[in-house]
Amino acid sequence: MNWETVIGLEVHAQLNTKSKLFSGASTAYGASPNAHTSFVDAGLPGVLPVLNKEAVKKALQFGLAINAEINNHSYFERKNYFYPDLPKGYQISQFVRPIVGEGTLDVTLSDGSTKAVSIVRAHLEEDAGKSVHDAHPTFTGVDLNRAGTPLLEIVTSPCMYSAQEAIAYLKTLHQLVRFIGICDGNMQEGSFRCDVNISLRPAGSETLGTRTELKNLNSFKFIEKAISYEQAKHQDCLESGKTIIQETRLYSPDTNTTHSMRSKESENDYRYFPDPDLLPIFVSDAWLTSIKDTLPKPPSDIKAELQQHADLKEDDISFILATLETVSYFYSVKEQSSASAKQIANWMKGPYAAALNEAGLSFEHPPIDANILGDLLSRVTSNKLSSNHAKTVFSKLLAGEGALGDIIASGGFESSFDQEQLIAIIEKTITSNPKQAEDYKNGKTKLLGFFVGQVMKQTKGQANPADVSRLVEERLR
Amino acid sequence: MHTLSLRALSESLQNKSFSSVELTQHLLNRIEKHHSLNTFISVSKESALANAKAADKRIQEGKASLLTGIPIAHKDLFCTKESTTTCASQMLANYTSPFDATIVNQFATQGMVQIGKTNMDEFAMGSANEFSHFGPAHNPWDSTRVPGGSSGGSAAAVAAGLTPLATGSDTGGSIRQPAAFCGVSGIKPTYGLVSRYGMVAYASSLDQGGPIAKSAEDLAYSLQVMAGFDPKDSTSADQPVPDFCSELKTSLKDLRIGIPSCFFSPDVDEAIQDSIKAALKVFEGEGAELVEIELKLQPYWVPCYYVIACAEASSNLSRFDGVRYGHRAEHAENLIDLITRSRSEGFGVEVKRRILTGTYVLSAGYFDAYYVQAQKVRRMIQDELLASFDNVDVVLGPTTPTCAFPIGEEIANPTQRYLADVFTVAANLAGLPALSIPAGLNENNLPIGLQLMGKPFSEPKLLGVAHAFQQRTDWHKAMPKEYV
Repeated sequence: MNWETVIGLEVHAQLNTKSKLFSGASTAYGASPNAHTSFVDAGLPGVLPVLNKEAVKKALQFGLAINAEINNHSYFERKNYFYPDLPKGYQISQFVRPIVGEGTLDVTLSDGSTKAVSIVRAHLEEDAGKSVHDAHPTFTGVDLNRAGTPLLEIVTSPCMYSAQEAIAYLKTLHQLVRFIGICDGNMQEGSFRCDVNISLRPAGSETLGTRTELKNLNSFKFIEKAISYEQAKHQDCLESGKTIIQETRLYSPDTNTTHSMRSKESENDYRYFPDPDLLPIFVSDAWLTSIKDTLPKPPSDIKAELQQHADLKEDDISFILATLETVSYFYSVKEQSSASAKQIANWMKGPYAAALNEAGLSFEHPPIDANILGDLLSRVTSNKLSSNHAKTVFSKLLAGEGALGDIIASGGFESSFDQEQLIAIIEKTITSNPKQAEDYKNGKTKLLGFFVGQVMKQTKGQANPADVSRLVEERLR
Repeated sequence: MHTLSLRALSESLQNKSFSSVELTQHLLNRIEKHHSLNTFISVSKESALANAKAADKRIQEGKASLLTGIPIAHKDLFCTKESTTTCASQMLANYTSPFDATIVNQFATQGMVQIGKTNMDEFAMGSANEFSHFGPAHNPWDSTRVPGGSSGGSAAAVAAGLTPLATGSDTGGSIRQPAAFCGVSGIKPTYGLVSRYGMVAYASSLDQGGPIAKSAEDLAYSLQVMAGFDPKDSTSADQPVPDFCSELKTSLKDLRIGIPSCFFSPDVDEAIQDSIKAALKVFEGEGAELVEIELKLQPYWVPCYYVIACAEASSNLSRFDGVRYGHRAEHAENLIDLITRSRSEGFGVEVKRRILTGTYVLSAGYFDAYYVQAQKVRRMIQDELLASFDNVDVVLGPTTPTCAFPIGEEIANPTQRYLADVFTVAANLAGLPALSIPAGLNENNLPIGLQLMGKPFSEPKLLGVAHAFQQRTDWHKAMPKEYV
C-alpha cells in the first residue's frame, strides 16, 4: 500500500524582548543559574504578573507578516500542572483566544514551486525554567533564568506531506522571524524549537491517521532525521497490522531513534481557565496600524528586490538572504560603490566569507566596513586596482595594516595606467597579431584567451582580466 | 490610649500627650496581657519600638503625616520583610518574604508602626478563624466564640484594643463578617482600588485588601493611604484616588437606601433584624428614603462564589509544592511523592477541601457545567446589583445572618457555615465596595453588624453614610468590658 505522511508543526519562537513576559528580569542567555530570576519568575507568594507590551507588539508583527487574522481582544489562561521548573504550578499561556489567528506562509520548495503553509494560530506564553541534574551529587537543581521568557507558539495545520516540506517551512519561518526582528533564531540556545505531529494514512484517504508528537527538536538536521525515523516506524507498524498509539515521543540524536515520553492517557488535564491576575489584551486599530507601518521588510520582499538584479544567480540570492546582516551589508556596499551586484556578491561569498569563517565572525560584526569594501570594489571597477591586487589589499585590511588608501599607496598597488592606456595596449596587441585577429573573427573564439594573456603580460598582471576580456571582445567584434 | 480614634491618637502624638514609643509599648503590653485571645501570629517588639522611636523623631521634626507613629497590625497574608508571612499555614510557618506588600509599604511610608501579624484562617479560607495552623483566635466579647474570619485576628485585635488599625483581606466577606462579629468597622473596597501586590492570593478575581478599625472615620483615613494605582498589579484601577473624607460631613437627607427583602428572611436572627430595623429608623429620621428592592439572584450568590473562589484557589495554591520555599516533606521517594507529601502535610483540611473542589470544577468534563456556568451567573449577579443602583444610592442590610457562633461549630459543619457569607459574597462577585459597622448587641451581648454596599468607587459615599450613622449612635464605641 502507498502511504501518505501528514505533518503539522508547532514552533516555539523565543521573542527577543529585553525583559520577560511578565516581569522586569533580563532574558539574556547564559547567566549564572537564577541570576535573572525576579520574585515574579520564582513564583513567590504574593507576586503578580505584569504584561510586557513589547512581547505583544512582536506577536502582532508576526501576525501581520503572515497576513493573519489579528484578534483585537485576546486573553491569557493558566495551564495547570506540577513540575519543579514551573514555579507557579501553572504556565501563563493563551488557549481559547490566541492573539494571532489564521494566516499563511508561502514556502519555496526544492522544485521551485511555492506552497502556502496554513498557520492556524500563534499565541503568547511564558517559558518554563530548567532542571539541572549535574550541579549537585544528590539533588536536582532548578535554574529559573529561562522561566517567564516570552514565547510565540506558532501552530500549522496538518498540511505538510514530507520531511522536505516540513524543513522548507521551518527554514522559511526561521528566516521570517529573524528578518522581522522578533526572534534571534538561535537554535542551540533553544530560541527556536519545534514539535512535530506526524501521522500516516493510505494515499488518497481523507481522514487523518493516529498521530505521534515529537517534542523539542532544535536542529533542522535532527528534525529531518526524526521525521524519517518516525515515518518508517509508523509504516512498519501499520503494514504489520498494528495500531499506532497516540503519544508524545522524544528523539535521541545519539541513536537516531525516538522513544516514548508519555502516552495520551497519562497526559495532564491542564484545567485551562482565564488568568484572573491579567487583563485581556486589547489591540487598538491605531496601534495595529502603527505596527504595520513600521514592520520590517519580510524576506520574500527582499528576495523579489534582489531578483531585480539580473546578474545575481539563485545561489547568490540565497547567500545574501542568509541573515538580515548579510542583506544589509550587501545593500550598504551596493549603495556606496560602483561595483555590480554580482561583483559584490562574489566578494562576499568568496574572500569575505572565507575570512569571516577563519576568524569565527559573521556579517553581524564585519571586520571591514561596508564603505571600505565599497571603495575597494569601486577602484577595481574603474581599473584603478587589479583584481589580484585587490585581494592582497583586502588581506592587509583584514590584518589591520592601515587605511585603504595608505595600503594601496605604500604597496604600490595602484594601476600605473588608466583606462585609455589599457585600451591603447589592447589595440596595439590586436594590430601586432593580425593573423590571430582574423582567425578570431572567423569563429576561432578560443583565441580570446591568447589576446587577454598578451595584454596581461604587457600590463605586468595589473589589469583586471575580466575587463581586458570584455574590451578585447568589443574590439574584435 | 487604646480606646482613642486615629485622629485622637494623631493629635495626642502631635501635642506630645504621649510618644509613639509609649503608645507602642502600651499596645505591646496589652497584646502580651491578652495573649490568650491568640489574635497575633507574630509580634515584632523590637522593630516596632525602633520604628516608634523613628516616628517620634519625625513628629519632633515636624515631618509627620496624620498616621505617623500610630501602630498597625497586618493580616498575616500581607508580605512583610519584617517577621514571617505564614498565611496561618504550616506550609509557610517559617516563611519570610523578601519584599513588602504594596500596602505595607504605603503604611510604612506614612510612618506607621508595624506591631505584628494577625491570625487568620489558613490562606484566608474560613469564616471563623478556626482553620489556623496557629490555633483559633477568640472573640473578645465572648472568648468561647469565634471572632469570624478569615480576618478574625485583625477584627478581634481592634475590638480588644490591641491595635487601633489592622489590615484584612476580603474574598467573600473576610473583612466584613469578622468586623460584624467583633463589633468593629471594616471596609472591602471596590475591586482594583487597593493593590493586591504582596497579598498572598486566595481567589484573585475576588480578593481585595482593606482596613479594619473602630469607626468609619478611621476607615476613611486608612483607605486614603491604601488606595491607589499600583503598576505591579495589572488589575488595580488606574484612576485618581478620591478624598475618602470628603463626604464625612454630608447629610443623609434624600439619601435613597435600598433594602433587599431577601436580607430579612426568617433565617436571619431576630435580634439582628431588630437592630437593622432600628438603624433604618435612624436613617429615616435624618431624611433618608427607604426603597425596597428585589435581588432575585441572591440564592445563587453563595454557590457561584464557591465555584469561582475554589477554582482560582486551586491554581493560586499550586505554587506551594515544597520545591523552592515553604514546607517540604522529608524522605520523599520521587518528584511526585515530594510534591504530594509536601502539600498533604503542609495544608490544612479546609484548604485541601477548597483545592479539591476547585480542581474538580476546572476538570475536563465538568468545566462547562461548573466554572463556565458560574462565570455566566456571576455576570448576571453583577448586572442585577449594578442595575439596583439606578434607583438607590446604597444597599443596606445585616452583614451576617447570625452573631458570633461558638468555637468548634465551623469545624463540625464546614459547608453549613459557608452560609455565614450569604450576605457578603455579592460585593466580591460584583467587585463592589461594601462595609460593615456595628449596629447593636444581641441578648448575649454579642455585636451585630450592618452592611452597606455601593456602586463601584463609591467609597466616599459609603463612608459618609456610615459616619453619619456613627455620629448618631454609639454602637461603634461599645467595647467588651474586660478590654476597656
